[in-house]
Amino acid sequence: MSILINRSTNVLVQGITGSEGGFHTKRMLEYGTKIVAGVTPGKGGTIFDGVPVYNTVREAQQHHAIDATVIFVPAKFAADAILEAADAEVPLIVCITEHIPVHHMLKVYQFVKLKGVRLIGPNCPGLIAPGKCKIGILPNHIFKPGPVGIVSRSGTLTYEIADQLSRANIGQSTVVGIGGDPIVGSGFIDILALFQKDRQTKAIVLVGEIGGTDEERAAEFIAREITKPVVAYIAGFSAPPGKRMGHAGAIISGSEGTADAKAKALESKGIPVARTPREVVELTKKALSQRATRI
Amino acid sequence: MRLQEYQGKELFRRVGISVSEGQIATTPQEAEEIARTLGGAVVVKAQVLVGGRGKAGGVKLAQTPAEARAHAEKILQMSIKGERVRKVLITRAVEIEREFYLSITIDRSAKQPVVIFSAEGGIEIEELAKTHPEKIIKFHIHPLVGLQGYQVRTALFQAKLDPKWMTPLSEIFFKLYEAFTRYRAHLVEINPLALTRDGRWLAVDAKVMIDDDDVPSELAGWEAEELASSSEERAAREADLQYVKLDGSIGIIGNGAGLVMSTLDLVALNGGRPANFLDIGGGANAEVMKQALKIVLSDSQVRGLFINIFGGITRCDEVARGLVATQQELGIRVPMVVRLTGTNEIEGRRILQEHGITPVAGMEEGAAEIVRRVSHNI
Repeated sequence: MSILINRSTNVLVQGITGSEGGFHTKRMLEYGTKIVAGVTPGKGGTIFDGVPVYNTVREAQQHHAIDATVIFVPAKFAADAILEAADAEVPLIVCITEHIPVHHMLKVYQFVKLKGVRLIGPNCPGLIAPGKCKIGILPNHIFKPGPVGIVSRSGTLTYEIADQLSRANIGQSTVVGIGGDPIVGSGFIDILALFQKDRQTKAIVLVGEIGGTDEERAAEFIAREITKPVVAYIAGFSAPPGKRMGHAGAIISGSEGTADAKAKALESKGIPVARTPREVVELTKKALSQRATRI
Repeated sequence: MRLQEYQGKELFRRVGISVSEGQIATTPQEAEEIARTLGGAVVVKAQVLVGGRGKAGGVKLAQTPAEARAHAEKILQMSIKGERVRKVLITRAVEIEREFYLSITIDRSAKQPVVIFSAEGGIEIEELAKTHPEKIIKFHIHPLVGLQGYQVRTALFQAKLDPKWMTPLSEIFFKLYEAFTRYRAHLVEINPLALTRDGRWLAVDAKVMIDDDDVPSELAGWEAEELASSSEERAAREADLQYVKLDGSIGIIGNGAGLVMSTLDLVALNGGRPANFLDIGGGANAEVMKQALKIVLSDSQVRGLFINIFGGITRCDEVARGLVATQQELGIRVPMVVRLTGTNEIEGRRILQEHGITPVAGMEEGAAEIVRRVSHNI
C-alpha cells in the first residue's frame, strides 16, 4: 500500500500541451503513471503523446474516471485551474506551479476545503509511490519501493534525502512534496495522518525548512497521534532573519520560523532531528531496526 | 516587496485613510524648503525598510526650517542597520491625543488574513504581545466573505473605547482591508494610528508589504524603491536568480531552495561561513550557470566556491558546460569544490574531468572539503 496514489490511479494533466506539462507528461508515462486525459482550453479533440486532450475538466470526466489531476498551467491561471478541478470534485489535485499570488491561494484554500477534495501544493514537486505511480516532476530514477514515508516542504532536498536512502537500500512507501509556499493545500499533519494509517509505511521522514510554524505544530501532532517512528530534518539553520530563501514561505519573520525553534519543538517531543542529510539515513536505519526488534 | 513609509502612506491616502501631511526630500535644501512650505514644527524621518530607526536617531523633530535642514543633513548621511538612508520624509508635526495599533496580515497557520488591533499603539507589537497579550485584539477574516461589520464592532466593544470613536475607527478598519486586498498585500500596518488633539484620525506611520508574485499594475515602477540591496543582489534579480548576500567567505551555488539552504548549513556545521545563498532553480542551462558564477565571484569577500547540484530537471552536463566556460572566460582563482549528481551525471563529470575538475562524492564531503581548502587557502 501507499498513500494517496497507487498503480490504478487515473490521472488528468491540466496544461498538458504546455512545455512543462508536455515534458513531465512524457516522464510520468515512462514511469508507468496511468495518464488517461489532458486538458488545454482550445486544444480539445487533439491527442498528445497518445493521451486525449479536452477543453475542460468536466468534459474529460465525461469520458474518463479521474482520480487525480496534476496542474502545470502558468501562475496567472493556476488558481483558476485548481478551482476548476475542485469544482469538478476531482478527489486529488496536485499543483506544481510556482509563484501563484497568495491572495488567490487564500480563496482557493477555502474553496477546496468547501468541496471536500484534497490539494497538494502549489509550488511543489508532487508525489510518488515508488514502482507504482508518479504525479509531478520528481526524477524517475532515484526512488525505490520500501517502508519509509517522506513528507517534505522542499523539492531537490527531498531528492537528495530519498537518493541517499535508496543508495542505503532503504526504499520509500510514498514521497510527498507539500510545497514551499506560505499557503499550501495539505500540511505536514494531513500527510502524517495518512502515513500513520498506511500499512506499508514503517517509519516517517519529515523534511522541513525555515518559515511559519508548521513543523512546531507537526511536533505536537506526532506526540499525540503518531505511533510510528519519525525522523526530522530542517534546512536553514544558517539563514538570516527577514530574507526570503528561495521559497516564498521560507522566511524568518521576527522570532517566528527559525530552524532552531523547529528543531527544539521536535526534539522536545522525542523526535530526532538530523543535522545532515546523511544523518537522516542513519537515524532512519535506527528507527526501522528498533521497530523490528520491538515487534 | 516592502514599501517605504512614504509609499505606504500614498496607498493609504488612495483608499481614503488620512495620513500626516508631508513630502519626500533627498537633500537638506529640499528638506528645508518642504519644512517652510508646511509651516510650523516638522518631523524629519529616515526612509528605511529596517525597524528601529527612531532609536538609531533616524527620526527628529524640528521647530524651524533651518533645524529641519540640519537634521536632514545628518540623517541623509546615516546607515541604519546597514541600510543607507537615501530619502527623508518631512511631515507636519501633530499633537497626539491617543495612539492605536492596527494591522492586517496573513496568518499562515489559519490560512486566513488576521486583523490585529490594540488601543495602545506606537510601540513594537511583538513586544506588547509578550508583556500584555490581553491588550491585543485579534480576529480572522474569511477570504470568501471579507471583513464584516459585526467583527469590527466586536473588536471595538472589546477594547472598551469611547463610543464616539466607533464610527471613525470602524471606517479605518474597512479602508485598511480595502488596501490589503486591492494592493495584494502581505501586510498593511498603521502604527501608530493617531487621534490628534484637534480630533483627526491619522496614519502617522505605514508599513506595507506587497506580494512579489502579484504586484498590481497601479504600482508599476514602484519596485525600483525596493530594499537597498547589494550590487550582487540586483544583478541576480535581473538574471532571475534567487540570491541572498550573507556575510561569510564561501560562495554557494545549488539548485533548489531547500538543497541550497541545506548546503549552507553543512558549510556552517564544518566551521565555514557562507557568503551567499544562490539557487539556480530547476532546469538551468549552461548560460544560467555562467550568470550565477559571475554574480558569486563578483563578491570580493568570496574566498572559495562550493557548487552542489542534484540534477532532476537540471542536467549535470549543462551545469558542467557553464562551469567550464566561465572558468575559461573569467578564470576562477579561488578554491572550488563541485558536487554533481543526477540527470546526465556521467557526461557532466566527463566534461569537468577533461578540465581538471574532480567532483566530490557527496554534499557532506564537499562541504568539509571546501571549508578545509579555504581555511588552508589551497
